Amino acid sequence: MTAQRNPSNNPENVVFQVRDLAKIYDMGEVKVHALRGANLELFSKELIVLLGPSGSGKSTLLNILGGLDTATSGFVSYRGRNLTSATEAELTEYRRFHVGFVFQFYNLIPSLTALENVSVVTEIAGNPMKPEDALALVGLTERLDHFPAQLSGGEQQRVAIARAISKNPEVLLCDEPTGALDSQTGVVVLEALERVNRELNTATAIITHNVDIAAMADRVIHLSNGRISEVTANKVRKSPREIKW
Amino acid sequence: MKALDRKVWRDLWRMKGQVFAITLVVMSGVATFVMFITTMHSLDLTRNRFYLDYNFADAFVSLKRAPESLKDKIKDVAGVNQVETRVSAYVKLDVRGFSEPVTGHIISVPDDGQSLVNRIYMRKGRLADPAKDNEVVISETFAHAHGFNLGDPLAAVINGKWKKLTITGIALSPEFVLVMRPFAMSPDFKRYGILWMSRKAISKAYNMEGAFNDVVLTLYPGTKVNDVLRELDNIVDRYGGFGAFARKDQISHRLLNEEFNMLRNMARIFPTIFICVAAFLLNVVMSRTVNTQREQIAALKAFGYDNTAIVIHYGKLVVLIISSGLLLGIAVGIWLGQILGGIYMEIYRFPDLAFILKPWVIVTAIMISILSAMAGTVHSLWRSAKQPPAEAMRPEPPAKYRVSLLEKAGIGPWLTQPSRIIVRNIGRKPIRTFLSIIGIAVACATMISSGFFKDSVDHMVNVQFVLSQKEDMAVGFTEPTSYRALYELKEMEGVHYAETFRTVPVRLKFGRSSYKTVINGIEPDSRLHPLLDTNLKPVTLPQEGIVLNDYLGKMLGVKAGDMLTVEALEGSKAIRQVQVIALVRLYLGVMGYMDLKALNRLMREGDAVSGIYLTADERYQDKLYRSFVNMPRVSGTIVRKNEISNFYDVQAKGMLFFTFIATLMAGSISIGVVYNNARIALSERSRELSSLRVLGYTRGEISYILLGELALIALTAIPPGFLIGYGLCAYITEILQSDLFRIPLVIELKTYSMAAAVVLVSASVSGLIVRRKLDHLDLVEVLKTRE
Ligand SMILES: Nc1ncnc2c1ncn2[C@@H]1O[C@H](COP(=O)(O)OP(=O)(O)O)[C@@H](O)[C@H]1O
Ligand SMILES: [Mg+2]
Repeated sequence: MTAQRNPSNNPENVVFQVRDLAKIYDMGEVKVHALRGANLELFSKELIVLLGPSGSGKSTLLNILGGLDTATSGFVSYRGRNLTSATEAELTEYRRFHVGFVFQFYNLIPSLTALENVSVVTEIAGNPMKPEDALALVGLTERLDHFPAQLSGGEQQRVAIARAISKNPEVLLCDEPTGALDSQTGVVVLEALERVNRELNTATAIITHNVDIAAMADRVIHLSNGRISEVTANKVRKSPREIKW
Repeated sequence: MKALDRKVWRDLWRMKGQVFAITLVVMSGVATFVMFITTMHSLDLTRNRFYLDYNFADAFVSLKRAPESLKDKIKDVAGVNQVETRVSAYVKLDVRGFSEPVTGHIISVPDDGQSLVNRIYMRKGRLADPAKDNEVVISETFAHAHGFNLGDPLAAVINGKWKKLTITGIALSPEFVLVMRPFAMSPDFKRYGILWMSRKAISKAYNMEGAFNDVVLTLYPGTKVNDVLRELDNIVDRYGGFGAFARKDQISHRLLNEEFNMLRNMARIFPTIFICVAAFLLNVVMSRTVNTQREQIAALKAFGYDNTAIVIHYGKLVVLIISSGLLLGIAVGIWLGQILGGIYMEIYRFPDLAFILKPWVIVTAIMISILSAMAGTVHSLWRSAKQPPAEAMRPEPPAKYRVSLLEKAGIGPWLTQPSRIIVRNIGRKPIRTFLSIIGIAVACATMISSGFFKDSVDHMVNVQFVLSQKEDMAVGFTEPTSYRALYELKEMEGVHYAETFRTVPVRLKFGRSSYKTVINGIEPDSRLHPLLDTNLKPVTLPQEGIVLNDYLGKMLGVKAGDMLTVEALEGSKAIRQVQVIALVRLYLGVMGYMDLKALNRLMREGDAVSGIYLTADERYQDKLYRSFVNMPRVSGTIVRKNEISNFYDVQAKGMLFFTFIATLMAGSISIGVVYNNARIALSERSRELSSLRVLGYTRGEISYILLGELALIALTAIPPGFLIGYGLCAYITEILQSDLFRIPLVIELKTYSMAAAVVLVSASVSGLIVRRKLDHLDLVEVLKTRE
């Protein structure tokens, strides 16, 4: 059991501010409304879970937060910096120094070892940890020289987490990090994420469509049909170990 | 090393098969370019040095006989720098152990041994001693052809008298870099040689003491050559001048220039083909790489790598792929250039071949490679940069397939599922399929261009030496002779049939252009020497007027009906007008043709003939030319069958080398394209094929899907390959036209078959390699990993 961190409304602690965010994918004949006016704040040190059925706009929201994608309308700021009007170069710089990503399919570079996959990020970051330390944080000290193909899915995902946190990012964005894993392995990955959040105080957003996982969050953001339908706060954060699905 | 750079090297290693294929193609392109260009530069430099060091003349004129005092008058011509008078003569030679007629061109060397102009380079031995009248220095090609050494004897008919000469030296001259009998079709080192004798000895033999019959001179820089030539003609006119000409019309020089032109053109054609093929291969490989690495690129971007970093990353990969081909190509090109230089040196003689590699050649080779890399990869690199990072995170949608046209056309029901897969897969990537077909077709075409060369030369030889030269011997007289000589020769034992010919050295003028050549007078309805055009139709010579070779017509800018000025360069030195009746396409030579009678009428010289063509009994031929050698009036005898074998002797090495290079190139293109295709197909389809294996398909059945597709593409490529090959050959014949010959466009069936065979064999080899890989497909692994 972990005590809940108090998401204070102190503006200094706001990492992300999202206002009336909309995203429309123009597919020619059809226009897909992925987001239809979302409003949200994310505070420093907190761990949130974005919960919603497939197609509800979770990834779209996360991608926009991470500067991977741009909104059609609305406003997003990161620590007071307007992301909506940022240039491509500013977004790249933002991703390079402030955000860590973890993807559903790991997206490791198959031709590089675990250690090298982490180095790819530390080499360009401003204030990185040593790649070995990042891998130690996720419990992979023994597998530094293994290629992705020689690692299990869970191990690959932990390398991906090490890679994401190795730059000491302010925020960690994870899109269904356990989506491709069985529940036992998933727990190990979630533990790694939880540990990073707890020890490094990295604000963390985790996407899932798995209701059970929501129990480990400080707050749960429910999405449906491109809108934020509900925000619930967990009084107590459950440890991933106590979660089963 | 940066982690990302490590990825470059590992990607390179993973793609090694394809990298090898591209390396092969880039290497071939760069190597041919470097080979042709450096050979040209090296020959050019060598020639220029030789010309400079041995003071090659700027202008030349021969005449009948003039007093030595005329030399000062020539010296006074504005712009003339050095003048050297010489005595020169054509003589019949008798080489021990060689029963055929041999002609020597004797040129005098000043008695003090110090030639001013056209100095000779002594390869071996020493100059002839002016105190002795039987010493001679001979040209190197002649010495090699007969294995002559210093001290060997050589018999010559000098001014009608047999004389035993001794070889004291072997030499080269800037004037005879290429030793070739005037108006011959190709050099003949066995039957024609240059002899240098002391001025004293040769003057005495020809009663030329205090006189000369040949002048060579150098000019001050900036002098207008044509003005000097006109002055020269005026001065020597009274002394029987044969028309002055400039260096650019000197035969050895001119043929060297044409060789340079050919090298330059070759250096243009082949690398161009390779750039296109290499660009295509790179395009396929890089777009495939960028495509499979979409998600890696997206991840890198998500972590803050910018577009420039991504482009540089893949750019490095391209540079590495290219540079191995480039470096190997430069090395191989230098090596081949030296071989080619050596082959040239057997025909074109210089003191020694200076080999140079100009920096710009390397720079251009690099540019060529970069150009092909850019052409091939800009699109994929741009796509890699353009991908929005979020977009790339989404898994690639299943490839779009459609029911193919073939199936719609009604054959659908007969196709098995695997055949259906083949047909649809080809239809799915129409552009790549099209380019693959073109790529293989180009390989096929290159192969045709190598075989074509031999076909064409064979054809040319057949037309020129077999069909239109039916005589066994051509006997030339020292001077135009009465027609009656014919009856004399006809009476000789063994002679079956004889007819006369007339050759008049002339300068043809039309408007501002002029050209020194000969007019051939041929007997009407000649049985032995019919004039055949390129369609092998006999050309009927008109009763009046002249027929020109179309190449000559083009050079002069005349067309049928125009009046041409003919300036005879012997005898009466008449200047006449003659109408051009027709232009005909001929393979060899640049000459005019007239009816023998019409020519004599034009020259107003009665029934003069220059020589006689004859056919003779095989058994008497040896004896016949023995007797010709002994006839003072006969200047030389050409035996036709010798001419043919000689043509091949001289050209053989060069042709063999060319064929070798072209075959190598065709092979590398065809392996490059086919193998690359097979590898890409394998990597794109291994998931699909593994799935089929899991579903219970046999190895043979899945191999059929992949190899069937490759075979279909290879087979489809052959007809367009023939077409492109034909076009390529047509283009080559166009640019290789020269004074010496026009290569005919003749492609034999066996050349086509050979080209098709090379394509099919390289396709089969690539297929086998892929088949081996298919047999070792790791089913579990492939299905587990996500692309
Ligand atoms: N690049 C895109 N082009 C078109 N439609 C898209 C694209 N990305 C997402 N969508 C659509 O937007 C909606 C929301 O997608 P997404 O944010 O991925 O949902 P989630 O992650 O919650 O499953 C879906 O209907 C999806 O099909
Ligand atoms: Mg999603």
